[in-house]
Amino acid sequence: MSKVGKVASQVMWNRLISVVEEQAQALIRTSFSTSVREAGDLSAGVYNEAGEMLAQAVTGTPGHVNAMADAVAHFIRRIGRDNMFEGDVYITNDPWEGTGHLHDITVVSPSFHQGQLVGFFACTAHVVDIGGRGFGADGNSVYEEGLYLPVMKLIERGEVDQTLIRIIRGNVRAPDMLVGDIYALATCNEVGHRRLINMMQEFGLSDLSDISRFIMENSRRATLERINALKPGTAKGHMQIDGFDKPIDLHVSLSIEKDRIVADWAGTSGVDKKGINVPLVYTKAYTCYALKCAIAPEIPNNAASLAPFEITAPENSIVNALHPAPVALRHIIGHMVPDTVYDALDKLLPETVHAEGAGSLCNFQVSTRPRSDAPAPKEALRAEVLAFNSGGAGARPALDGLNATAFPSGVMTMPVEATEQVGPVIFWRKELRPDSGGAGRFRGGLGQYIELGAREGHEFDFQAMFDRVDHPARGRRGGGSGAPMTIAQDDGTAMRGKGKQFVPHGRKVMMGLPGGAGYGAPAERAPELIRRDLALGYITADFAREHYGLNDRDIEEVISKAKLGETI
Amino acid sequence: MTKTLTRLGVDIGGTFTDVVLEIGPERHSTKVLTTYAAPEDAIVEGMHRVCAKAGIAPDQIGQIIHGTTLATNALIERRGAKTALITTKGFRDVIEMRTESRFEQYDLNLVLPEPLLPRNRRHVVTERLDADGNVLIPLDEAEVETLADDLAAAGYESIAVGLLHSYVNDAHERRIAEILSRKLPDAMISISSEVSPQMREYERFNTTIANAYIKPLMKSYLTRLAQRLRDEGADCPVFLMHSGGGIIDIATAAEFPVRLVESGPAGGAVFAADIAARHGLDKVLSFDMGGTTAKICLIQKQVPKTARVFEVARSYRFKKGSGMPISIPVIDMVEIGAGGGSLAHVDALNQIRVGPESAGSEPGPACYGRGGTRPAVTDADLVLGKLDPANFAAGTIPLYPDKSAGALTETLGKPLSMDVTEAAWGLAEVVDENMANAARVHAVENGEDISEYTMIAFGGAAPLHAGRLCEKLGISRCLIPQGAGVGSAIGFLRAPFSFEANRSVFMKMNGFDTAAVKQLFAEMEEEAKSFVRGCDAKAEIRTEHKIYMRYSGQGWEVPVLLNQADISSPDPERYLAHFQEEYSKLFGRPVEGLGVEITVWAVNAFTEPDISDPVEPASQGDAAQVSGQRDLFDAARGQMLGAGVVQRGDLAPGQHVTGPAVITEDETTIVLPSSQELIAQPDGTLDIRAITAASQRDEKGAANV
Repeated sequence: MSKVGKVASQVMWNRLISVVEEQAQALIRTSFSTSVREAGDLSAGVYNEAGEMLAQAVTGTPGHVNAMADAVAHFIRRIGRDNMFEGDVYITNDPWEGTGHLHDITVVSPSFHQGQLVGFFACTAHVVDIGGRGFGADGNSVYEEGLYLPVMKLIERGEVDQTLIRIIRGNVRAPDMLVGDIYALATCNEVGHRRLINMMQEFGLSDLSDISRFIMENSRRATLERINALKPGTAKGHMQIDGFDKPIDLHVSLSIEKDRIVADWAGTSGVDKKGINVPLVYTKAYTCYALKCAIAPEIPNNAASLAPFEITAPENSIVNALHPAPVALRHIIGHMVPDTVYDALDKLLPETVHAEGAGSLCNFQVSTRPRSDAPAPKEALRAEVLAFNSGGAGARPALDGLNATAFPSGVMTMPVEATEQVGPVIFWRKELRPDSGGAGRFRGGLGQYIELGAREGHEFDFQAMFDRVDHPARGRRGGGSGAPMTIAQDDGTAMRGKGKQFVPHGRKVMMGLPGGAGYGAPAERAPELIRRDLALGYITADFAREHYGLNDRDIEEVISKAKLGETI
Repeated sequence: MTKTLTRLGVDIGGTFTDVVLEIGPERHSTKVLTTYAAPEDAIVEGMHRVCAKAGIAPDQIGQIIHGTTLATNALIERRGAKTALITTKGFRDVIEMRTESRFEQYDLNLVLPEPLLPRNRRHVVTERLDADGNVLIPLDEAEVETLADDLAAAGYESIAVGLLHSYVNDAHERRIAEILSRKLPDAMISISSEVSPQMREYERFNTTIANAYIKPLMKSYLTRLAQRLRDEGADCPVFLMHSGGGIIDIATAAEFPVRLVESGPAGGAVFAADIAARHGLDKVLSFDMGGTTAKICLIQKQVPKTARVFEVARSYRFKKGSGMPISIPVIDMVEIGAGGGSLAHVDALNQIRVGPESAGSEPGPACYGRGGTRPAVTDADLVLGKLDPANFAAGTIPLYPDKSAGALTETLGKPLSMDVTEAAWGLAEVVDENMANAARVHAVENGEDISEYTMIAFGGAAPLHAGRLCEKLGISRCLIPQGAGVGSAIGFLRAPFSFEANRSVFMKMNGFDTAAVKQLFAEMEEEAKSFVRGCDAKAEIRTEHKIYMRYSGQGWEVPVLLNQADISSPDPERYLAHFQEEYSKLFGRPVEGLGVEITVWAVNAFTEPDISDPVEPASQGDAAQVSGQRDLFDAARGQMLGAGVVQRGDLAPGQHVTGPAVITEDETTIVLPSSQELIAQPDGTLDIRAITAASQRDEKGAANV
């Protein structure tokens, strides 16, 4: 590459990353599903003509990382290059060729420049409804989980396939919203495409081959440098979690080798009857994400930087479920993948990774309807409300865990005031859960309490998507466990961590979201941190006494100071 | 605001306090080092200096307009008062739980910013409203009384009250405020339904807490300042610049000090808007680049774009989400860590990265010769011939090109096998590209095609980079105004009195209630006007009505400007038509078959802005006198070219310069690439234009001046 090319290449790589960020912004601003617009559950990327990903927007969902990298190749194979025209837009929600469940819709648009196919834009968004049984683990096969859209054309040469739109409309609960979201996906690719063409004109490019090579070479080299700086070795990781009806064991074997890291999930439990199974593409994404965070965090995702991470799993294990296994809630196990990988990685790279945290996002969906046990007021209505919430993260080697903040997912919660505008639900409580972070030299992040009911005149179905009821986060190097997930109705009626459950008129669901685990022995915790935790109410007096041996005089002193608003 | 009035504009910045005195068309300015312990000292010194220059006494000043970073700094440095929060039971941790997400996905050791108030200063009371403002649980007043006693005993100076859904019903908040003011007569009270009556509890609570937190500090500063100015003879009204680009009286500022956050940059945008008005420009991109950051703002029809929420105190490389949200009417700007002092390094990917880390003034860029060893943007500018080492800052700071070359070679040249010029070029290209990307993203977010815009560049470093930025953005015209170094303070003197009232009231278009809309607008208009009337009882007050609309189910609202007919006889069909037009402008096409709703209502009341004297464009005269020649790197061509050097002071209206050239003045240097030419205007503004392909061919021979 010429010397002039060096500076230009630097600028163009920078530009492509900005292009995909813009693409993602456009999607957030035009989408309808709260999961996309409030929570940021989406991704966007740009690809060269061969379908290799050059840049990906950093959004809330590591789960799309590899899935996005692989997706365009599936489209090229299924649609055929000869059948691609200017003005085309393609679509799918295939869990195995997209991003793991029917609720994620992936849209791909070819980019043409001077009549030639030069690249692609792809984006994915989690929509609130795709028909079927609704979002939940109750399906016995993928056929029950909603409408399936094989890889196909949504728009050909600018002409929208109205038959497809009518089929979609006829099969989902909120057709306007879904079709609006699909248009938003197409729009955001269009925004990216326009900017790419501007860049190609500015730099006088007729194709993306030179800039692709520059990006790939630098990314590959930097990633390999990181991997080869590590001490080679092999280690095993394990985590047991609740599952639907029976516990599930996740086993991973991690091997750091020259020029690559291999993760194999042999030994992991088999496919479950319910919709918590994970297509391999999603397992790959979270395995890869975990490794990148620990080893090469600042190297952006693209085909070359992802390639040295090789991830395999036996067919028909729960982390490589094949069609037609039910997969709607693949995120629950998917989100436990990184902490399982870290159980192994901690043995190879000590003092690098955190203790276990809450893991999966603590999501639930509420379907309200007019009460059926007595006459309902006429304003009572049916509504679907999806809420994303986080438990506590695990403590780090030199830092406490983050309170009520998700890892590995990065999606945002929705404001309570906004959620209560969407449907007739009422959050009676949403605040930190004291004592839920595992004790330790560094404390696990706190979970949170949520109390949820409906407005007068409503009853509702509550779709639970929780884990860690029976398997709380485990501490590292002597750190204590995080608190488990708790769930029950306010009159004491027991509830399960997963599945659709009826909540009668007037009842509330009382939840305690799990905390993260501690790191290092509690006896090694700095006294001033213990006193601060007590003053701020992160821990109670009982907890301070029991886990850290704080004496009654100190406790009283801290509490009286705290009451006066003093900083401890 | 009559023109004969003698007015003083004062901008307290991080390093300098800029003071500008205007007597009709006459203008005097000075820069004084900011005096952190008692900021009024620098103001007084600056005032005396400019008065001496103008030969007047302080008592001849008719009006002082003031803007300051003090409010912003108090939030960043956490130097506020002992403040408590009272909120709805069950929601004690809203400001700590934030969005429950990590703003940097790949950092395992991420640290979230501490909430403004620690948990033991956040208190709850029993009460609850639903989303329509109906009472679900009445306020437990006895509990409030007991809590008030506890807060009094703890010695809180300031109290914020933020309850769920108070933006639709403020009764509980008001009742709590009454009880507090009885029990704690000396404490200052801020309630969320007054400070920021907008939906979304995290933003509203945080804004209210920020207001409460800085209120004692700002109130005492403003009182002291007014007294001190009187003592020094300036017994005239003092007004404050607010973040929305208007001015308010000192009492309102003391009540809502959070509205003063980012008032300095807002002044810069107003300055650019005034230049836009004088030159009759409807689409302007203001570009303000100083030592540590660059700010970019869109100005349409001479009005800077505004927003309802922004983020201050970003703690992590200016990253979105790493600061705290403030929801108040604000001039919508993007700020990135790119300035003359921004430092460069090479990352693991062999990519040059620039900023946000800055060399500051100590040690400064390597070329200052004060021990800086890493290359800054200024070092690249020096090596590329944009700066004259002997004449930087009017010759007060000597520059050492060899130090720049050393730092560039060591940090960038060696790892990337680039020679020193190439390394400097790479550095400058990366920082220019960063700014261009920020401008592009900002334009896209607003549905605008940036190439139709005219750039107005000011701030010490902007004129060095504006030319290249225009090339990158496809912008064909750029103005460099006079007084660019004290742009914000001049902007204060151009700002109207203004106050914006906001309400979150949901209304679906198919349930449009004409009477309620009229009533709402009337109330808000009265509220906004009363603040403005407090500043100037006689001036004619104009109003602007805006609503925020979206398709039901979306989360992002599109601002829609209403006209007079829409206010006097609200017609849902017309509102809908306005919305669809705006939506299409932003996103290409409207969505068919979906309901539309209004979420936020805003009324801005303001005095008629001073009608700016239009500048009669100078027709092209002769070529300017060239005082010298030097080598200047042309980034687009990728090579050094011989460039003419012109003194800005020598330029007469109509004279023109063809790039490549550098125009020098005391405060900055204007770099003209080979693709551009300029004509000096009667008001001293330099009007830079891209040379069209045709004229470039004609002038090929003359390209090197």
